[in-house]
Amino acid sequence: MKREITFTLNNEAVVVEVDPRWNLLYLLREVLELTGTKEGCGQGECGACTVIVDGEAVNSCLYPVMEAEGKVIETIEGLQRGGGLHPLQQSFIENNGVQCGYCTSGMIMSAKALLDKIPKPTEDQIRTSIAGNICRCTGYVQIVESIQKAAEKLSR
Amino acid sequence: MGEELLHIGKDFPRIAEINKVTGKAVFIDEYKRPGMLYGKILYSTHAHARIKSINTEKAKRLPGVRAVITGYDIPDVRVGFLQDQTVLKRDKVRQYRDEVAAVAAISPEIAEEALQLIEVEYEPLPAIFDPVEAMKPDAPLIHEFDARGRPIRTNILPLPWKFQEGDVEKARGESAWTVLDHVSTTWVNQCCMGTSGCVAEFDSNNNLTFVSLTNVIFGAINRIKAYLEKIGLKDRRIRVLNPEAVGGSFGTKLDTDIYEFICIQLALITRRPVKIRFTREEEFFALPPRQPARFTIEQGCDKEGRLTFRKVDALLDNGAYTSWGATTPSVMMLPISSLYVVPNVSFQATCVYTNNIYAQAMRGYGNPQASFAVETSMDHLAEVAGFDPAEFRLINRNLPNSTTPMKLKITTCPLKECIETVKEKIKWDEKRGKGKYRGVGMASLIHVAGGARVYLSDGTGIRIKVNEYGEVDVVSGSTDQGQGSPTVISQIVAEATGFRPEDVNIIMADTALGLWDAGTHASRHTFVSGNAAIRAGEQIKRQILELTVQYLPKIIQKTIKDKKRKDPEFKEPELDFTLIDKPDKMDIKNGFIFPKAQPDHPYFRIDAKEILRRALHVGTGQSKVVVAEAFYDPSTEMLNNEMKGNYSLTYAFGTAGVEVEVDIETGDVKILKLVSAHDVGRGINPTLIKGQIYGAVYQGVGYALKERLQVIEGKVVNGNFRDYKILTAKDTVPVEAVIVEDPDPAGPYGAKGIGEPGLVSIAPAVANAVYDAIGVRITDLPITPEKILLALKTKGG
Repeated sequence: MKREITFTLNNEAVVVEVDPRWNLLYLLREVLELTGTKEGCGQGECGACTVIVDGEAVNSCLYPVMEAEGKVIETIEGLQRGGGLHPLQQSFIENNGVQCGYCTSGMIMSAKALLDKIPKPTEDQIRTSIAGNICRCTGYVQIVESIQKAAEKLSR
Repeated sequence: MGEELLHIGKDFPRIAEINKVTGKAVFIDEYKRPGMLYGKILYSTHAHARIKSINTEKAKRLPGVRAVITGYDIPDVRVGFLQDQTVLKRDKVRQYRDEVAAVAAISPEIAEEALQLIEVEYEPLPAIFDPVEAMKPDAPLIHEFDARGRPIRTNILPLPWKFQEGDVEKARGESAWTVLDHVSTTWVNQCCMGTSGCVAEFDSNNNLTFVSLTNVIFGAINRIKAYLEKIGLKDRRIRVLNPEAVGGSFGTKLDTDIYEFICIQLALITRRPVKIRFTREEEFFALPPRQPARFTIEQGCDKEGRLTFRKVDALLDNGAYTSWGATTPSVMMLPISSLYVVPNVSFQATCVYTNNIYAQAMRGYGNPQASFAVETSMDHLAEVAGFDPAEFRLINRNLPNSTTPMKLKITTCPLKECIETVKEKIKWDEKRGKGKYRGVGMASLIHVAGGARVYLSDGTGIRIKVNEYGEVDVVSGSTDQGQGSPTVISQIVAEATGFRPEDVNIIMADTALGLWDAGTHASRHTFVSGNAAIRAGEQIKRQILELTVQYLPKIIQKTIKDKKRKDPEFKEPELDFTLIDKPDKMDIKNGFIFPKAQPDHPYFRIDAKEILRRALHVGTGQSKVVVAEAFYDPSTEMLNNEMKGNYSLTYAFGTAGVEVEVDIETGDVKILKLVSAHDVGRGINPTLIKGQIYGAVYQGVGYALKERLQVIEGKVVNGNFRDYKILTAKDTVPVEAVIVEDPDPAGPYGAKGIGEPGLVSIAPAVANAVYDAIGVRITDLPITPEKILLALKTKGG
C-alpha cells in the first residue's frame, strides 16, 4: 500500500513512506511533525497551509503527496537561517503583521515565493501574491507593510 | 502630568509572540497528550424532528472506536444561559446543528467513519424559521418545557428587554421633524482562522484539566463545575487553560459551547484525554454566529436639529437555544440610549425561538447591529430636517462629563474631534452630494472602554515577580486571542516597575496560576489588566527601592573597600548617603536604580539586579524576593431592572467616514477611501492600536457589503470560504486609522479599550455613503449588488 518518496525539505533530503492518498499537508503535519503549516479549511480556500514547492506557493492541503517526489519543498520551519529570523519573519513581528498567528506561516510562505521571484514587488503584486491567504485579524494592511519592508531589507 | 513615559505610546514589537512567525506556536491543532483520543460529533439532519431511534451498534464495532455516546448514555442535564438544551439531544432536535451522538476513537479519521455508521430515525415536525411567524399563537412550539419542567406556551423568550426614559410620545408630538425606518442585520460568522477545539483530561481523582480556546477561563470553570456537579461529580477541581495560541476569537469563545461539554463527557467515559477539533464546515454551521436583529426605529428633532426622542423596537431571531445572542440588547442599549444627546428614549427587544441556528457574540456584541439602525436613521433625519449629516451629528454630539439616559457617566469624550477629523480627511464638504455615483457618508460610535460589568465582579488580577537576574515574570488571569495583550501589558508593567518591556515575560490563560478575571471581552483587557498591572508594578518598584535603601550602602561600602584593597592610592569619595536613604528619593528606569536628585550618580546609579541578588543571597535567614499582586475591579454598576447603570468606567467614541463609488450597471460598491478616527484615551502602542482598527474595519466592510451566513429553512448553505466571502488582500480598502488621544483619568496611563470599536460604525457609514452616491437607502445588511440594483430599479420607475 505505502510507497516511498524522496524529496528535499528545507534543504535536507527526505525519504519517507507515504500512503498515496495523503495530501502533502498530512505528511508534513502528522508524519514529519512540521506543524507550523496549518489546516484552516482543508479545501484550498484559506491558504493557511501554503508551502513552497519548486519555487511556487501551493496549498499543501490540495497537493497530492506523490507529486512531492523529487521536488524542493520549503515550509515555515526552513526559513530561519542559522538560528536568526528571516527578514520576512522579523518584519512581521516588527510591523504587527501577525495577530492571532494562524494565517502567518502560510502568509509568510506566499510572500517568500513572491520575493524569491520579484525582489522589489509593487503593492499590487504583493496583494496578488497573498490573495489566496485569508486573514481575519489584520485587514492585511500591516501584512502588506511587513512584506514591503522585508523586501526593502532583502534587496538592499 | 509632567513626567515623561518611557514605554507608553511606543511601538514596541510583538516579540512575545515570536513563535507565531517561526511555526513553533502550539495551537489546539498541535496540542497532544499521551493516549489521546479524537472526538467527533453527529449533528441533526432535520431542523425540527422527533428522534425515533438511534442505533450505535455498528459504530461501536468499528476497530479503533473507544466510545459512542448518545443522550441516553449520559445524564439528562441541561446547560446554557437559559438552561434550554442538553449536551446530546435525546427526544427531539430543534435545529440542524443539534448534537445527537458523539464518538471517541484513536484517530479523527476513524471517529469520522464511525459517525457514518450511526443510524438515526427521525419523525419530522413542522418547523418555523421566521421570528414573526414564531410569535403567533398557533406557531409550533420549539420548546415544550422550561428548565424547571414547567410547560411553555410561547416561542417568545422570558427575557423582556425594556428601557424607558422621559416621555417619547410627548416628545414626538413636539418634534419639528420625525423619521421612521425599518432596519435589519443578518447572521455573520466570526471566521476565526483557527477552528474551534479543546482537549479534556481527567486525572485519577476525577479532577479535570481542560485545554480550551475560551477567553473567559474562570467563567468556563463555573459552567463546567455546575455541569459536573449535576452529573454527580461534586467538588472536582477544574483547571482551564489556553494553548499557547488561540487562533482568533471575535466572540466565539465567550460561551462554553456544547462541543466542549461533549469532549468532557467523552474523556470521562473513556478515561482518556480526548480532543475535539472542528472542521471549517463545522465552524460555519455548528458555532453560534453574530446575532441578527430587525429594528423599527423612530427619531425626531426640533427646528434647531436637536434630537427630541428615539424609539427602537428590536426583534431577535434567537434560534433554537439561548446563548449570549439573547443578551446583545444589553449592548444595543448603549448606542440607542447614549449615542448623541437624546433626552427621551424608549427601547424594547423581543427574542423569539425558531428552528434556526442560535447566535452569540461577535466583536461589538449588539452595538454594530443597533448602531446600523441609529446611524442610518440619523442620516435620514438630517436629510428630512435639512441639515448636513456631519453638522447634524456635531449638534447632537455627546459631551465630556455628562450623564446619558441610561445613566452612563461620560468622562472624556473627544467625539467632536473625531467627527471633525473625519470630515477634513474625507474632504466632506468638497465631496458630499456632488459626485456622480460617488458619495461620502459617516457614522459615529460609543462603546464600553473601561471594563463592562456584566458579572458581579468585573475584576482582574495581575501577579508580578522579579528575580535576581532582573527578569520580570507576570501572571495574568486574562487571555490573548491574538490582539497583542502580552506586548501591551509588558509595556505597562515595564513603565510601572521601572524595567524594560523586553525584560517582561507574561504567562496568561491558566486558572491554576492566574488570579480571577472576568474574561478578555468587551474591549476590557487593556483597561482592567493595565490598571491591575500598574498597581502591582508600583508595589514592585517600592519593594525594590526599599531593598535599595537597605542594601545599596552596603554594596557601595564593599565596592570602596575592594577598590582600596586593589589600589592603595584610591581616594575614598565623599558620598551623600541621604540621597538614597528613603525609597521616595529614588526611581527605577530601564532596570537601573538611581537617586532622583542625581540620576547619573557614579556610585548610586546601580543595576537593579545587583540589589535583587544581594537581597536574596544574604545568608542570615533574612533573604527576600520581590513579588506583588493586585486585583482591580472598576467601580462600575450592574444594569438595574430598568436597564440603567454605569456599567463601564469610561466610554470610547469614534467616527468612520467613507467615500464610495457605485457601479450602477453591476451594483458593486467600491470603497475609495475610509477614515476611522478613534478615541483611545492614550495609545499604549500605536502600531497595535492601528492593527485593531484595520482588522475591525475590514470586518466592518465585510459586514456592510458582503457577509451573510445563508440560512435556508434552518440550514447553513454557504459554510465555506468559497461561498461565504470575507475580504481578501485584493479587496483593498484604502483605510486611514486616526488615533485621537484624550487621556482618561480612570485608564491605565489614560488608555481606553479599542478591541471592538473599529467595527461598529463601518456598516452605517457605508450605507450613508451609498445613499449620497445614488440616492437609495439600503437598510438591510449586507448591501449586496442585487439589493442596490433592485432599489435603483424601484426608484427609477
